[in-house]
Amino acid sequence: MSQMSSVPWLTLLIVIPAVGSLLVAVLPGPAEQAKRLAFGVSLVTLAVGIVAATQFDRSSPAQFQLAEQHAWIPQFGVNYALGVDGIALILILMSLVLTPVCLLAAWHDVEDEGDGGRRVKAYYGLLLSLVPFMVGVFSATDVFLFYILFEAMLVPIYFLIGRFGGPRRQYASMKFLLFGLAGGLVMLVAVIALYLQGPGGTDGFLISKLTGLSIDPTTERLLWLGFFVAFAIKAPMVPVHTWLPDAATEATPATATLLVGVLDKVGTFGMIRFCLQLFPEANAWATPVVVVLAVISVIYGALLAIGQTDMMRLIAFTSISHFGFIVLGIFALTNTSTAGAALYMLNHGFATAGLFLFAAMFIKRRGSKRIPDFGGWQRVTPGIAGAFLVAGLSTLALPGLSSFVSEFLVMVGAFGVFPAGTVIACLVIILASMYILLWYKRVMTGPKPEGLSHIKDWSVREKWVAAPLIGFFVVFGLFPKPALDVINPAVDKTLSYVQANPATLAEGSTK
Amino acid sequence: MPTALPSLLSSASTYAAGLATHDGEAHAATGFASYAWLLIAFPLLGTAVLLLGGRRTDRWGPVAATLLSWASFVVGLILFFVMFGQPSEDRAWSVHVYEWVTGGSFTADVNLLVDPLSLAFVLLITFVGSLIHVYSIGYMKHDPDRRRFFAYLNFFVASMLLLVLADNYLALYMGWEGVGLASWLLIGFWNMNPAYATAANKAFFANRVGDFGLSVAMFIMFFHFGSVNFADVNVGVAGLQGANQGFMTAMGLMLLLAACGKSAQFPLQSWLGDAMAGPTPVSALIHAATMVTAGVYLIVRSGTIFEASPTAQLIVAIVGAITLLFGAIVGCAKDDIKKALAASTMSQIGYMMLAAGLGPIGYAFAIFHLITHGFFKAGMFLGSGSVMHAMNDQVDMRRFGGLATVMKITWLTFGAGWLAIIGIPPFAGFWSKDKIIESAFVGEGWRPWVFGLAALIGAGITAFYMTRLFFMTFHGKRRWTEDVHPHESPATMTIPMIVLAIGSAFMGLILGPTGAFSTWLEPVTGAVEEHHPVIPVPVIIAVTLVFVLVGGGLAWMRYLRDDVPLTAPAGNQLTKAARLDLYQDHVNEALLMRPGIHLTRSLVFADGEGIDGAAGGLAAFIGGWAARMRKVQNGFVRSYALTMLAGIVAILGALWVIQ
Repeated sequence: MSQMSSVPWLTLLIVIPAVGSLLVAVLPGPAEQAKRLAFGVSLVTLAVGIVAATQFDRSSPAQFQLAEQHAWIPQFGVNYALGVDGIALILILMSLVLTPVCLLAAWHDVEDEGDGGRRVKAYYGLLLSLVPFMVGVFSATDVFLFYILFEAMLVPIYFLIGRFGGPRRQYASMKFLLFGLAGGLVMLVAVIALYLQGPGGTDGFLISKLTGLSIDPTTERLLWLGFFVAFAIKAPMVPVHTWLPDAATEATPATATLLVGVLDKVGTFGMIRFCLQLFPEANAWATPVVVVLAVISVIYGALLAIGQTDMMRLIAFTSISHFGFIVLGIFALTNTSTAGAALYMLNHGFATAGLFLFAAMFIKRRGSKRIPDFGGWQRVTPGIAGAFLVAGLSTLALPGLSSFVSEFLVMVGAFGVFPAGTVIACLVIILASMYILLWYKRVMTGPKPEGLSHIKDWSVREKWVAAPLIGFFVVFGLFPKPALDVINPAVDKTLSYVQANPATLAEGSTK
Repeated sequence: MPTALPSLLSSASTYAAGLATHDGEAHAATGFASYAWLLIAFPLLGTAVLLLGGRRTDRWGPVAATLLSWASFVVGLILFFVMFGQPSEDRAWSVHVYEWVTGGSFTADVNLLVDPLSLAFVLLITFVGSLIHVYSIGYMKHDPDRRRFFAYLNFFVASMLLLVLADNYLALYMGWEGVGLASWLLIGFWNMNPAYATAANKAFFANRVGDFGLSVAMFIMFFHFGSVNFADVNVGVAGLQGANQGFMTAMGLMLLLAACGKSAQFPLQSWLGDAMAGPTPVSALIHAATMVTAGVYLIVRSGTIFEASPTAQLIVAIVGAITLLFGAIVGCAKDDIKKALAASTMSQIGYMMLAAGLGPIGYAFAIFHLITHGFFKAGMFLGSGSVMHAMNDQVDMRRFGGLATVMKITWLTFGAGWLAIIGIPPFAGFWSKDKIIESAFVGEGWRPWVFGLAALIGAGITAFYMTRLFFMTFHGKRRWTEDVHPHESPATMTIPMIVLAIGSAFMGLILGPTGAFSTWLEPVTGAVEEHHPVIPVPVIIAVTLVFVLVGGGLAWMRYLRDDVPLTAPAGNQLTKAARLDLYQDHVNEALLMRPGIHLTRSLVFADGEGIDGAAGGLAAFIGGWAARMRKVQNGFVRSYALTMLAGIVAILGALWVIQ
């Protein structure tokens, strides 16, 4: 089931940034040097990631490639086991691309306060320390290892929000931690109970050993619920979403991007990898409820986004809406909708990064996150306004930009299974144009404000932040084939484990 | 003079023959045709260079954009001659460009379908579009952001071409939204004025309501036919042989919703008047000649779907009839020259929509009117731009008057457009609109009478409001404000107006009575059996002309014989309602906007107080219990042991239940 790799690519992707983040935090020297080191390490990691991706064979019959496996706690059946399928691969690549972009965007988030740059080093070290977790959770093929990483990654984010965030950072970081821990504890119980259901032995936690078990229906449903609750909080879905707007608005933009754009994907990724693959029967049982929650999230998030005056909260609510789409696509269980959901995870990461990071550029200049404090900024910072518009248009799923492809695939695939829910979700086409363009209008249009002549348009550094994101929106909007080519086989493979709903699958593949 | 309607059409073949080409017998393009993607590539290149090139391209950018648009026209012209040399059954070429979306079993590529219908649009878009590029060089000469303006114009041309050339609904949708974006960017081009920014958003939101329809239509297509390609859908519909009308109707109505959003048809018409906030060349190109007619294209292109659902088809005709009267009534009351023209556009597209809703007998005339309208309405918008140029950007016709002598070219070219739209023979509008009125009188039962009379009355009102507009602007006393010194516009502006005026004058005569246009479209729209209107054709023509003369005469009495007051008289209830666009904004505000605002506000409140409050309450509850539990931590080993025992029992109990 796994295709072992002779070079431990995935381990390299974990070790390089892990060592890098330690060095960034402890090495003496000026803060500027630490930032450069962190940025360099993130670029090296990205380069290694690209080389690793070239080793990926999309026609391979194995579910996991670039696989590694070493016994870790044999007494409990725990292994250090890594491997990726197409979905995990694109999510890891997304993490590796967004990290240097975020580090570059974060350059002046934290200033040297005469403490020898310790605060700056801690910030950059913590940001870089997220990379090993991102690579780890997406590539863990051992359920226990996944759980450990799933929980442990709360820690750096907790500190990133709690130490470097806005005025209500203590509240926001504690709320984030409590929601995360609550989900994690429920999942821990399910993880252990799942092990007891499996064959046991020294590799009893491997996903491959736990796939296709025959479990008593009640038990399977409880186990499914244990995993799902944790993922639904992480994703997040209505009604367990309230931690996200607070976290997003209090965190620095770079933290918010990596949290909402990448780490929250563990929730929806986990639904595909665990809920679908390990508990197909329970999944079919729960699907109606999940789809209703997903559609509620889609509409509810969009409506709340329209009503926000804090831009960072607004972005958080757009994400809740988009996570709803991803969940809808996953649980419709057609090869089209699930492929759309997987692609959506990638596209949402970039679109959110664009919104957070570009909005941060004019928020920083104005010193306020409140929409009413702006107006006429298209004439103040035309370049940033243009970049922000492109990110916004991608978020509202304009055809030709990246998010459209995934949103359409989710809906066109889900319609055959849940026509009413899909049509309701489709109303977001209208609502999304409102939350983006009303926002644009209030901030960017109107007469040029007085007394802002000292404010300059974007710097070279900021242009370099924007270039990869804009490039992604356009290229993957017009030519999503590279991503879809690796996603499609992975989706087919995953859905082949879901035998619970053969009628649905047949419907989705009518041609 | 046209005689019987069917004389223009070959009556030998039936509509079934038309269906055969609907079934997608397009063959792979060879030779020059395989370069059809250049049509889109040229203007797209212009957009990229102007937007990425920045200020460096300020000096030569506008000219480069204009040349690229003309290059696209040349490609279109060559394609036309190549196609003209082919027998009519070989006039559908498919051009594979690249694989776009493949997700699971869904596939949609960027492929082009070059056939007589799409090519007719290509020529209209690139020719009128290029003329308007030329005009804009003069019109936007002093605007500091003109580089951006030309980039958007080029982007519009590229998107519009994709819209009409795509061989599947998803690629069409990309063009469809591209033109919507171009429209948004250009309506809001001067968005330092907040009202203009609002107008841009209003247009986009109304369009997105339509896009919802187009999306759902595609969902239904994929579910039932497994594809969103025109050819596959046509085969799928034919395979049903009339069964399953329910979802065909749903699909048709969703497509109609899309068309209503894009083409400003009732009930999604309210954005078009406000869209006049954009620079006038934009109004001419996007909001008169091309983009707003895309809805008509969509209906005609989806002909097989509407054939299979008479209900949906009937509703198309009803929407068209309502809108043509709605727009005409509003047009009578507007004093803003551009808003009067906008209302007229809405009304004229209503005519096209009505024709498209009549089925195969109307398709060719819908498109024919679309093309002639593209010429004369674009010409009149450019003329109004020329007038505004002369009058310091004023738009109030009560402040115009007597301009005929100061700007002769504008007066003459506008006059050609005026005669064309009210349908005076031999000007273009006569040939196209008259055919629609005749077709509307075809049928059984109440339909020919309702649709025919609506079209007839509409023609009378059109004559009234257009004559009113023409006289108020160019004739009568000079009611100018003191600071204006009108003058004729420069050659870059007048030459496009002259070219469009020539088209407005003669193209109907060339393409109409000869049947050239209908024959050209026949491979797509199908040939039609002979149909007889419920009233003889010569009578229809005569009555129409009487209506037109009466409408024009009334306008002459009120706006030329009598003086035009500087402020509008109070007017009767209908006039008041028409000035307010028949309360369209009031209705939208009461039904959608205010409830929507209340909903979002109360949800924001509920999310903070309700859902998050519940989570916070839970936290407080736990906190309270934690304080109480702290007392349990009393240091007595025996109480710890007791607790552990209770815990073990609980776990064992749980395991026992799970087993």
